[in-house]
Amino acid sequence: MPRRIVIGIRGIGHRVIDNIWRLGYATRFFILTLLKSGSSIRRFSLIIRELYFTGVLTLIIIVVSGLFVGMVLGLQGYETLQKYGAETSVGTLVALSLVRELGPVVAALLFASRAGSAITAEIGLMKATEQLEAMGMMAVDPIARVVAPRFWAGVISMPLLAAIFSAMGIFGGYLIAVVLIGVDEGSFWSQMQSVVDFRFDIVNGIIKTCVFGVAVTAIAVFEGFDAQPTAEGVSGATTRTVVTSSLVILGLDFILTSFMFRGVG
Amino acid sequence: MTIENLVEIKDLNFSYDKRPVLKGVNMTMPRGKVIAIMGGSGCGKTTLLRLIGGSVTPSSGYVKVANQVVHELSRNELFRLRRKMSMLFQFGALFTDLSVFDNVAFQMREHTDLPESVIRDLVLMKLHSVGLRGAHNLMPGELSGGMARRVALARSIALDPMLVMYDEPFAGLDPISLSVIGNLIRRLTDALGMTSIVVTHDVHQSLAIVDYVYFISEGVIAAHGTPEEVEKSVSPFVHQFVHSEVDGPVPFHFPADTYATDLNLENSVA
Repeated sequence: MPRRIVIGIRGIGHRVIDNIWRLGYATRFFILTLLKSGSSIRRFSLIIRELYFTGVLTLIIIVVSGLFVGMVLGLQGYETLQKYGAETSVGTLVALSLVRELGPVVAALLFASRAGSAITAEIGLMKATEQLEAMGMMAVDPIARVVAPRFWAGVISMPLLAAIFSAMGIFGGYLIAVVLIGVDEGSFWSQMQSVVDFRFDIVNGIIKTCVFGVAVTAIAVFEGFDAQPTAEGVSGATTRTVVTSSLVILGLDFILTSFMFRGVG
Repeated sequence: MTIENLVEIKDLNFSYDKRPVLKGVNMTMPRGKVIAIMGGSGCGKTTLLRLIGGSVTPSSGYVKVANQVVHELSRNELFRLRRKMSMLFQFGALFTDLSVFDNVAFQMREHTDLPESVIRDLVLMKLHSVGLRGAHNLMPGELSGGMARRVALARSIALDPMLVMYDEPFAGLDPISLSVIGNLIRRLTDALGMTSIVVTHDVHQSLAIVDYVYFISEGVIAAHGTPEEVEKSVSPFVHQFVHSEVDGPVPFHFPADTYATDLNLENSVA
């Protein structure tokens, strides 16, 4: 029995050390990506090409999800608020929920599932098919040529996608509350306009999306670059990207919210 | 001054996780020649190419390319040297997100300031030399194995390198593609005045096109010579390899306990 306990503790120790080592490696990789970003920023066409794959191709899921989330918020908000005779505040509720929390968080989760997994799979497969090594043999640094443009494309797309998500959500809330249920349109927009604060709500929401964009894309490119060069390795890395990104988004959201909105409102 | 030997390998040792892969290898590769490195799978052939390309560092000894000790070069110096050499990977390693044209143009766009019109002409010339000018618009996924290997060959000679390394260029090809690739290696080496190192275990195809052969077995050079010398060699290893014999110095069976022990026959007999 004591021997089993020793083996168990040793196993935990191994895992902890491995994960700390990997965290250090990931940090080093992140710093290297930033340091080697000069060439991709100078050749912006490389980033624009990746913006299409990470940003434009993610649009459809963002637009549709944003619309439905907004519609559900409109329905639920109206149901609750009308009990207190405050149904005209439904616009405020929808807008605040989306701009402060749901927009950044849900858009980031969708971004991780759609674009993050695609980035990891693509870089992982490039590694498995020796494309990254071939690039290195051609005296072209794969971090500068492959990783950095994808990283910056993700960082740029994320806030834009979250903004589109929130806008579509507010439109969905409007469709349900004003068009379908018949809440007064003037109150819907004017209350939203007077309560939603640019500095506290919108700017903080944008800061959140930027942080999530950096986190998700950094995780995606690292997992792809670090993937075992086999089919199993790439699939494992893709799964890790989605799982790790989702947990990091939720964890960071709590931390950011606790700093930004404590005592506000 | 012309350098007689483009590649010099001296007392080269390399270990992978404390397992010796190469043990005291010495080689010289003269400029303008096609040199084959042969040996069974896992004997360290590809590792040797990686050592020449500077992807890995030797445990001891050195590899000199164009009079520069590869593992002593700084990263920038290594990248400068790599611009003058290239490597053809086993399955081509074409960039799957780029067209055939863009694959061949890749190094020109990365390393030169040539205008697009010049790059276009150069790419079409390189593709023409491998017979695939008409395929420049295709994506790598639309190519057969042999065509992908030829595009990779065109890409590897894009900047007219002094040294091209081929990692198993004949693996998995049909007989026609095999001859095409073999002939292209020879023809391009002569036409461009480059040096080619072909790592392969395809004996007959490579003996037909190379100038010199090194046989590696268990991390050491088992034999070397011109194709004629090799074919007449009385060395048991070379004889077994060249004539594709099942058993010989390279045993058919992986080392194991006796057959009787594994089948528990010894106890039952007793």
